[in-house]
Amino acid sequence: MTTAPAIETKDLCKRFGAVQANDNISLFVEQGTVHGIVGENGAGKSTLLKMLFGFYQPNSGDLIVNGQKLDLDSPSDAMAAGIAMVHQHFMLVEPFTVLENIILGAEGQGMLDHAKTDARAKLLGLEQQFGFDLPLDTPVSQLSVGERQRVEILKALFRGADILILDEPTAVLTPQECDQLFELVRLLKSRGKTILFVTHKLHEIMAITDAVTVIRAGKVITRVATSDTSPENLAEAMVGAKISRAVERAGQEHGAPRLRVDGVSAQSDLGHTALKNISFELFDGEVLGVAGVAGNGQTELLDVLTGLRPVSDGTVTLGQELVNSNEAMTDPIELRRAGLAHIAEDRLKTGVVADMSATENSILGYQREPDFSENGLLKLSAINDAAHSYFESQDVRPRDPSLAVASFSGGNQQKLVIARELARDPQTLIIGQPTRGVDIGAVTKIHDQITELRNTGKAVLVVSADLDELMAISDRIIVMCEGEITGTVDIQDADERTIGLMMAGAHAEATTEGAGL
Amino acid sequence: MSASAKKLPGAVEAIAMPFLNTLIAFLLSGLLIWALGEDPFYALSLLFDGAFGYQEGIGYTFYYATNFIFTGLAVSVAYHAGHFNIGGEGQAMLGGLGLTLAVFWLGDTAPVLSVIIAILGAALFGGAWAFIPAWLQATRGSHIVITTIMFNFIASALLAYLLVGPLQRPGGQMPESSDFPEGAGLMKFDELMSVLGFSFEQSPLNVSFLIALLMALAVWFLLTRTRFGYEMRVAGKNQNAAAFAGVSVPRVTIIALMMSGALAGMMGLNELLGEQLRLIGNFTLGYGFVGIAVAFMGRNHPLGIVLAAILFGVLYQGGAEIAFEITTISSDMIVVVQGLVIIFAGAMPHLMRKPVTAAYARLIGKGAA
Amino acid sequence: MEFLTDIVLLTDSTLRIAAPLILAALAGLCAERAGIVDIGLEGKMLGAAFAAASAAAITASAWAGLAAGILFSVALALLHGYVSINQRGNQIVSGMAINIMVAGLAPLLAIAWFSRGGQTPFLDSSMRFTEITLPFADVLQDVPFLGAIYSDLISGHNLLTYVAFAAVPVVAWVLYKTRFGLRLRAVGENPEAVDTAGISVTLLRYQAMIIAGILCGISGSALSTALGAGFIRDMSAGKGFLALAAMIFGKWKPVPTLLACLLFAFVDALQGRLQGVSLPLIGEIPVQFTIMLPYVLTVIILAGFVGKMEAPKASGIPYEKDR
Repeated sequence: MTTAPAIETKDLCKRFGAVQANDNISLFVEQGTVHGIVGENGAGKSTLLKMLFGFYQPNSGDLIVNGQKLDLDSPSDAMAAGIAMVHQHFMLVEPFTVLENIILGAEGQGMLDHAKTDARAKLLGLEQQFGFDLPLDTPVSQLSVGERQRVEILKALFRGADILILDEPTAVLTPQECDQLFELVRLLKSRGKTILFVTHKLHEIMAITDAVTVIRAGKVITRVATSDTSPENLAEAMVGAKISRAVERAGQEHGAPRLRVDGVSAQSDLGHTALKNISFELFDGEVLGVAGVAGNGQTELLDVLTGLRPVSDGTVTLGQELVNSNEAMTDPIELRRAGLAHIAEDRLKTGVVADMSATENSILGYQREPDFSENGLLKLSAINDAAHSYFESQDVRPRDPSLAVASFSGGNQQKLVIARELARDPQTLIIGQPTRGVDIGAVTKIHDQITELRNTGKAVLVVSADLDELMAISDRIIVMCEGEITGTVDIQDADERTIGLMMAGAHAEATTEGAGL
Repeated sequence: MSASAKKLPGAVEAIAMPFLNTLIAFLLSGLLIWALGEDPFYALSLLFDGAFGYQEGIGYTFYYATNFIFTGLAVSVAYHAGHFNIGGEGQAMLGGLGLTLAVFWLGDTAPVLSVIIAILGAALFGGAWAFIPAWLQATRGSHIVITTIMFNFIASALLAYLLVGPLQRPGGQMPESSDFPEGAGLMKFDELMSVLGFSFEQSPLNVSFLIALLMALAVWFLLTRTRFGYEMRVAGKNQNAAAFAGVSVPRVTIIALMMSGALAGMMGLNELLGEQLRLIGNFTLGYGFVGIAVAFMGRNHPLGIVLAAILFGVLYQGGAEIAFEITTISSDMIVVVQGLVIIFAGAMPHLMRKPVTAAYARLIGKGAA
Repeated sequence: MEFLTDIVLLTDSTLRIAAPLILAALAGLCAERAGIVDIGLEGKMLGAAFAAASAAAITASAWAGLAAGILFSVALALLHGYVSINQRGNQIVSGMAINIMVAGLAPLLAIAWFSRGGQTPFLDSSMRFTEITLPFADVLQDVPFLGAIYSDLISGHNLLTYVAFAAVPVVAWVLYKTRFGLRLRAVGENPEAVDTAGISVTLLRYQAMIIAGILCGISGSALSTALGAGFIRDMSAGKGFLALAAMIFGKWKPVPTLLACLLFAFVDALQGRLQGVSLPLIGEIPVQFTIMLPYVLTVIILAGFVGKMEAPKASGIPYEKDR
């Protein structure tokens, strides 16, 4: 029997308004293989996936599953065809138990108790077959990220999926959790499952896939067997042209300590301990990267440094000034006046007011400065001028500050924020996720700007979930895990492996030993 | 379709869309009148006759509109700060109490001073009545819609108690206070006109209307020209961004809601100091709720609110005419219109976006061709 | 002995007053558990009260009244559903709009149809849900204590009161023991998870609104055809908001919500009993102050001095398929 491809698409197209998200995508994925799909953020991967599991419907083109042409009108159609998706953001109901999450939508019968009993029996079999060990009656809210991902995979298997789509599955995992995932993927493959592995990390593609399809700007650029390609070739296919770095890193010694964090502890919004006895220094003329899996205290650290969250213990000192202790916290306005600028990690949540105009956003945080307001009254023409000059200096497009911020692209929003925060030549910069949701062209420019700030003697702290980014721009990297600093690495000694172990909680002494072996 | 055609120009967005939504609400109201077996066009002509047909009618129209400007501004200030203050009724009642106390305190000795103090008293008491719900919302996250509704009931009971108890007219049977002292009241519009050498029929319209316009101007200034207005709007749209900008959200919330309460409280100027010249129970007659419709219809812009308030003034005055001429249509019809306006202009602002966008694109297309 | 009678009477009226509150609170609970904030309980109750009283007066049947009450309430619930689900509008504003619209519509129609100053005709007992004497109530009357409880407290309520109390375990069972309930709770927490599991978020939320409409419909019908004998202007008197507060106090769970409703009803019953009574030390409390009691209690409860409340995560947030 000749086996048809598990998935084949012919000239699949999807448009959103004027944007051609997928342009004649033709793809084929052989049975029982791990097939990689790579592309930059915004290349059209997500759109393609959403069509493959019935969440979007293509404007034109064919989708053929196991040799049969199908119209998938909904995720349930896809499930019926044996296709399941493990989303990047898990589709789990946090207060529900693992069991309840798994049966949701596939209960089989109206009475929950019976459905649960039946499902439990079936799940125990599956767990054994695929080596899972998940606590079925524990609420998902109590599980780690890695465990939640396994719940999603088990959910797919429970529904009898033969084709699993994993969307950026490693984005939220530590390198060690990634290894576990890879093991599982190999096991799934050995049991005959077909896996679509979507990522923008090339070493993962090389490690796990049998074949790979590269997508750029909504089009298929190439499809090759993994053994016939190299990371370099894939990178070129992904990005199109080699991107060169415009600003050189001056090899300089860092200056005096600018920001000192001494024994700081702090609580999360939910009242849990989010930072535990953190200490470090940020020097003038350096970029200090903060690495870690998202949710390990980085957000709270940013808050504590920028006057948004009181510490429960310890001190933060800026220059000679104590700015945060359990007795008093300097508010963000005073901190800005003291030369500390803050580029918020979640732009739309914190850094801008999306419904207000770019003009109004260009004074956010600086509204009380005398050039923008006096005696409680706004100086409208000065504010207007500032907005226009920000648009010029960072080349924000479209060049119309009267538009609401929401109508700009992520990259242009970020440019506006950067212009605003750099306008007063701050000595200290606290930057969260500098390039999140920013298009590839703008990424390089932002990295160059950060490097330039460092070269001119500013103290820059960058929190990023993207380790590659930190490796590219930092002088030193501190690694956080569960609210603690698990290690500090100079960039010339840094390797992803060691940092990965630290991200998983191994402390510096132990890992250097391990690395030495 | 190109991307630019998808976006509507500001004018269409700001005027045509709310206008269409309001129009639908009125068409449905007309349909309801028709369903009750009456002629909506006849009702419409009565409406205009009643509201504009004679000077006294015009006076009443603007007299009602005055109430709605105050309550509409009250709702909109809170809304800009991100909160839905539906406690205008209670705040107006307390405002009325505040001005009454001021008038009785000083009215006999210094009537003119007492009026000035009364204006402040109305704002102060109205604002104070908003304080507890505001404080609970700001510091404990208590649902302000429910707490302000509860404060309406509590205010109503409180006023009822005072007006059959300590404040009741000696020897009186009605829930009302003694008359205000001579001279402690606001000038009527007809008096003002005669001072200026014109003549105008007697009506309840009084200088509160001008105070209301002044407050609209003040709110406009607050929102667009002041730093507090800016910070308040930031807090209303994005609390995290407000904290990022060094704005204390609880503080802004409390101040904005107290301003809102003060504006609602000033409604008593028109009703009590302008017309009744005594405190009466439940004088607010649901005008606090009219403010919600007025605010949404006016797109929370002070000028829009003034216009919407005048339209509702027409509805109230003309509606009284309809209720008088057509016995099957009671004045409750106006409350139905309010509800419809709120649901179409307030809750479904995008209802007509698709057809309007399509129509606009066709219009542009033709212009280009 | 008089004290005991007082207790029995107080408890009796607590149960009676609680019934419409319980039904409305369960309605709010079903809606919010599915992710839709329903501040329009008040309007649906009032609308149902009017529809039920009108239909009962015209057809001389309490059952026709109940059907009309439910139908009207469901129609309003669907309107709120349309605004919240399809239009992705502001749910608070929509709910308030419905409250205001009904506050005008009910008396408007009452005047147009019955010309009685905004009331519906008086319903005599044949057109109402009247007290039901449960089997053996008379016989057991004389059994000490338990007999009295059975015949005086448990027996002798109208049908809709029994329906209200029965609705609590039914709603709890549906929510926690059925597939539908699992999906309903899921859609209020994470609609995207439900959508990607191949279940229609829209359909589920509409179903929840219909249930809320039915429950509110019974609640409103109880006001005008069981507790009262006809529709009176503004007869819901904030009960929809009290129900909402009870639901919040009950942490969006059926049984605690029932208890919260009983607390509200007890305070209401107590204030009725306190009117004109002279208390030791305090003296007679003016009636206007006793009337305030349930409202003051609501504010105190919402102030959170009685524990932290956490709403279903997705409640009040319109679901958009993209991003």
